[in-house]
Amino acid sequence: MENLKRVDLIFGAYTNEKYKVLESTLKKSSEQIITEMINSGLKGRGGAGFLTGLKWKFTAQESEPTKYVVCNADEGEPGTFKDREILTKVPRKVFSGMAICGKAIGAKKGYMYLRGEYQYLLPDLMAELDVYHEHAKRFNHDFTIEIRMGSGAYICGEESALFESIEGKRGEPRNKPPYPTVSGVFSKPTVINNVETFVNAVMIMKYGAEEFKKLGTSDSRGSKVFSISGDTPKAGIHELELGMTLADFVAEFGDGDTKAVQVGGASGFCVPRKKFNETIIGFEGVPTGGSMMLFNSSRSMYNVLHNYLDFFEEESCGQCTPCRVGCQQLLKGIHAVKKGEKPSSYLNQLLQLSDTMKITAKCGLGQSVANSFSSIVENFKEEMIY
Amino acid sequence: MAEIVKINIDGIALEVTKGTSILDAAKSVNVKIPTLCYHEDLCVAGNCRVCVVEVEGRKNLVASCAAPAEQGMVIKTTTPKVRRARTDIISLLVSEHNTQCTTCYRSTNCELQSLAAEYNVDSERYLSVLKPNIQVDKSSYSIEKDDSKCVRCQRCVRTCAELQHVNAITVAHKGRDMKISTFMELPMNEVVCVNCGQCVTHCPTGALTERRYYHEIWEAIGDPDKHVVINTAPSVRVALGEMLGYPVGTRVTGKMVTALKKIGFDSVLDTDFTADLTIIEEGHEFLQRVTKALKHKEKVALPMITSCSPGWVKFIEHMYPDHLDHLSPCKSPHQMFGALTKTFYAQKIGVDPSKIVSVAAMPCAAKKFEANRPEMKSSGYQDVDAGLTTREIGQMIKQSGLDFVNLPDSNYDSYMGESSGAAVIFGATGGVMEAALRTVYEVVTGREVPFKNLAITPVRGLEGIKEATIKLENVVPEYSFLEGAEVKVAIAHGLKNARVIMDQIKNGTSPYLFIEIMACPGGCIGGGGQPIPTNDEIRKKRIAAIYAEDEGMPIRKSHEVPEIKKIYETYLEKPLGHKSHELLHTHYKKRNRY
Ligand SMILES: Cc1cc2nc3c(=O)[nH]c(=O)nc-3n(C[C@H](O)[C@H](O)[C@H](O)COP(=O)(O)O)c2cc1C
Ligand code: SF4
Ligand code: SF4
Ligand code: SF4
Ligand code: SF4
Ligand code: FES
Repeated sequence: MENLKRVDLIFGAYTNEKYKVLESTLKKSSEQIITEMINSGLKGRGGAGFLTGLKWKFTAQESEPTKYVVCNADEGEPGTFKDREILTKVPRKVFSGMAICGKAIGAKKGYMYLRGEYQYLLPDLMAELDVYHEHAKRFNHDFTIEIRMGSGAYICGEESALFESIEGKRGEPRNKPPYPTVSGVFSKPTVINNVETFVNAVMIMKYGAEEFKKLGTSDSRGSKVFSISGDTPKAGIHELELGMTLADFVAEFGDGDTKAVQVGGASGFCVPRKKFNETIIGFEGVPTGGSMMLFNSSRSMYNVLHNYLDFFEEESCGQCTPCRVGCQQLLKGIHAVKKGEKPSSYLNQLLQLSDTMKITAKCGLGQSVANSFSSIVENFKEEMIY
Repeated sequence: MAEIVKINIDGIALEVTKGTSILDAAKSVNVKIPTLCYHEDLCVAGNCRVCVVEVEGRKNLVASCAAPAEQGMVIKTTTPKVRRARTDIISLLVSEHNTQCTTCYRSTNCELQSLAAEYNVDSERYLSVLKPNIQVDKSSYSIEKDDSKCVRCQRCVRTCAELQHVNAITVAHKGRDMKISTFMELPMNEVVCVNCGQCVTHCPTGALTERRYYHEIWEAIGDPDKHVVINTAPSVRVALGEMLGYPVGTRVTGKMVTALKKIGFDSVLDTDFTADLTIIEEGHEFLQRVTKALKHKEKVALPMITSCSPGWVKFIEHMYPDHLDHLSPCKSPHQMFGALTKTFYAQKIGVDPSKIVSVAAMPCAAKKFEANRPEMKSSGYQDVDAGLTTREIGQMIKQSGLDFVNLPDSNYDSYMGESSGAAVIFGATGGVMEAALRTVYEVVTGREVPFKNLAITPVRGLEGIKEATIKLENVVPEYSFLEGAEVKVAIAHGLKNARVIMDQIKNGTSPYLFIEIMACPGGCIGGGGQPIPTNDEIRKKRIAAIYAEDEGMPIRKSHEVPEIKKIYETYLEKPLGHKSHELLHTHYKKRNRY
């Protein structure tokens, strides 16, 4: 396991004293915090991988006085359960991260949008939130946090749909621009980050950007919490340094018969065995929000794809044509090819359709269906037909 | 100062204000980008994705209706990439659609149909994913909803929410099951829908249509035993031409009358007659309330609000049930017409009212519901047997095979065919108020309204809420208590604006004495039964035609119409009299908010 470095940054010790990192960070200026964040090279852990420091900077620059911080804890991507683990084990770090962001951008209010299924975490989170508010008061930090429960729709994890949902509306993604940094929740400048991103921010404040940068590669700084599932003897949560190859990953977590790994959940990419060596896990290769699903040779990739499309067909918000109808067509289409009702050449037409979805869908959901669709269909064509 | 950005669209360099959508920028240089979910009247949704274009340097296409032009953008609207994507998207819409154009009411005026034709999409390209067993909701007297023809553009939802503040229809479910539905998925007749029909005129397809009644009317016309009478609303004559080969804003009054006669209506009459009657009744009601309030210090509901728009009436019944006493008790003109048709008119021409079929040609979908209200039976029969929309009248004329453009003009029949310019302007927002002021002013002061050429200008135009103040001086002795008074009036159109007015009344802060409210944006000329499309440009042209019609009328004040004077002398006796109450007035019903 020499090519794969386990890390203990996210789950590691906070400090002995409660909210110590927050207290010391509050002594810094907004500019100092943002500069440190930018220097760290941290990219968002929710999937899109935008530079967190820049996001904070853009929001801080907006002249509108009311701003918000939102923590995306909707964790709906199939195969992902790392935010749950973080919220269970180190909620203090999450709240600290939000509060630090509040200081950096000049917000007085934060929302945590918690996945509906995680309702059972609420009592513990509320208890910790009381502790947080007590300390914030003591530190003279005017920043309160409220938890909002999600409704169980995957699409509400998409940032603009999440804002709509917090505002009490139907969770439908908005047009972009304007981006959240300009007009987010309640149409105010908003920083929205993933749970893990906020924890990283705290650790950057604790150890400094230079320390943080020692982990990972130039494109993918830091470590990452992975949710590992499928055909593996070591299913569960593992924190690893970014930048490893998939071959190294499989050597550690595979069952000796791994034929493919789905990196990044249903909206991610399927990498076949022949590409394990050349594939790097990280923003320079295949990025992931944390989900790694391993498949061995007993699995039918047709079934895997079928499951994903089933999921998308149902979880699409349904507002835009390419995604709403496209998902139905892809699902119905592979079914028809499998049953011989359509010729195998129909798969090419479906590939073109997935490409149309990628370039025309309104939000990341519809745009990313093509990721798993084309990577599975192209790499496992025979399994689609026979 | 608005910032200017330089962009390039299909090789044309141009400058636009920052924030202008690519779609609007393209329009300004005559580059037409196809759209579907976009509508001028509504906020941008950006959900159909038909309007995608290529922006140099970007991998993904952008929806031009939703994307603002940015400095230096180089935009291409018809590259192979764009065309492929668009064709794909339109094909997807078709694959989800119950494509039954041969039997569809919107055929030849359907945006999906023309897009599919324009891009010549291959119906075999994708498998059909049309949901099986979709039932058409025909529960409402006014609106038919056929989800199998719906493209999920949400124009209806935005219309009902943004323009009308009713929210009767919403989006339900997600993914493949996403659809347009109602509160608790109840049938349309059980929800707050006020039947205004604005969703219908904003729907690009045949998914929302008015419930049609013209088949029954053709049958009645063909029945020798029936005497079929039609009255046509003021705004029909300035819009009907759009369906029959005329440019927007053409007045076709004379040809319309000829066509209806040729179709076989036994009598073609003018709703304007009862619009004039409404002015007399409503004007006196208003003066009576003002007298009670200011002279006798009695408690009466002021401001008084007009009641000629049945969509508005149902709106206040649902949303402000505790303030119904502000409504004028007058029926809408066509309901007055129906009641008089089966009483006064029947007597005059000596026909048994049970044999009369009374039809109203209306710009409106709500009048269909209104005609079926249980209280609208003052003649002893259903006063109005059917309310037809302008669109249905256009359809009947097409079915009749008449060469409309070459028809000679005819005049309305009598009785109840004579009217004033004041009645014509009922069709435009502000018209009822102006008409009422023409009469009320004269009653109170004994003089004609002093406005140049009779126009009380501030009440005209498309602004959502308009106000005017009329100073009363040198009044006749009977109204001496009004000497020097400033009468503040307001006009609202579109129910969103009605809500503003009503909230003032609810809070006790309304500064007005008299208010005109029309459910539809622009008033009846923009009604839910008018030709599609309707937008502000079209509304303005129809309004201009209305005022032109008024200016061409020999009589321009309701109280000067000879037939009106006569009906009071010979039949109704006096305004607000016993017969008026029986035939021309109505009462309202408190309804739930859901
Ligand atoms: C369909 C969809 C679902 C998403 N779900 C989540 C989610 O559950 N959690 C999350 O953090 N980000 C999710 N995202 C990404 C967010 O939109 C957003 O990019 C992210 O919260 C930004 O945080 P980050 O910069 O810290 O990654 C989702 C995106 C899409 C398109
Ligand atoms: S891509 Fe899918 S989820 Fe996103 S807006 Fe369109 S329909 Fe909704
Ligand atoms: S709605 Fe349009 S496309 Fe659909 S059947 Fe009717 S005319 Fe044809
Ligand atoms: S008719 Fe009017 S009130 Fe009814 S659903 Fe349509 S827009 Fe809404
Ligand atoms: S009913 Fe008409 S307006 Fe409403 S979403 Fe469907 S197609 Fe669009
Ligand atoms: S018209 Fe632009 S997305 Fe529908």
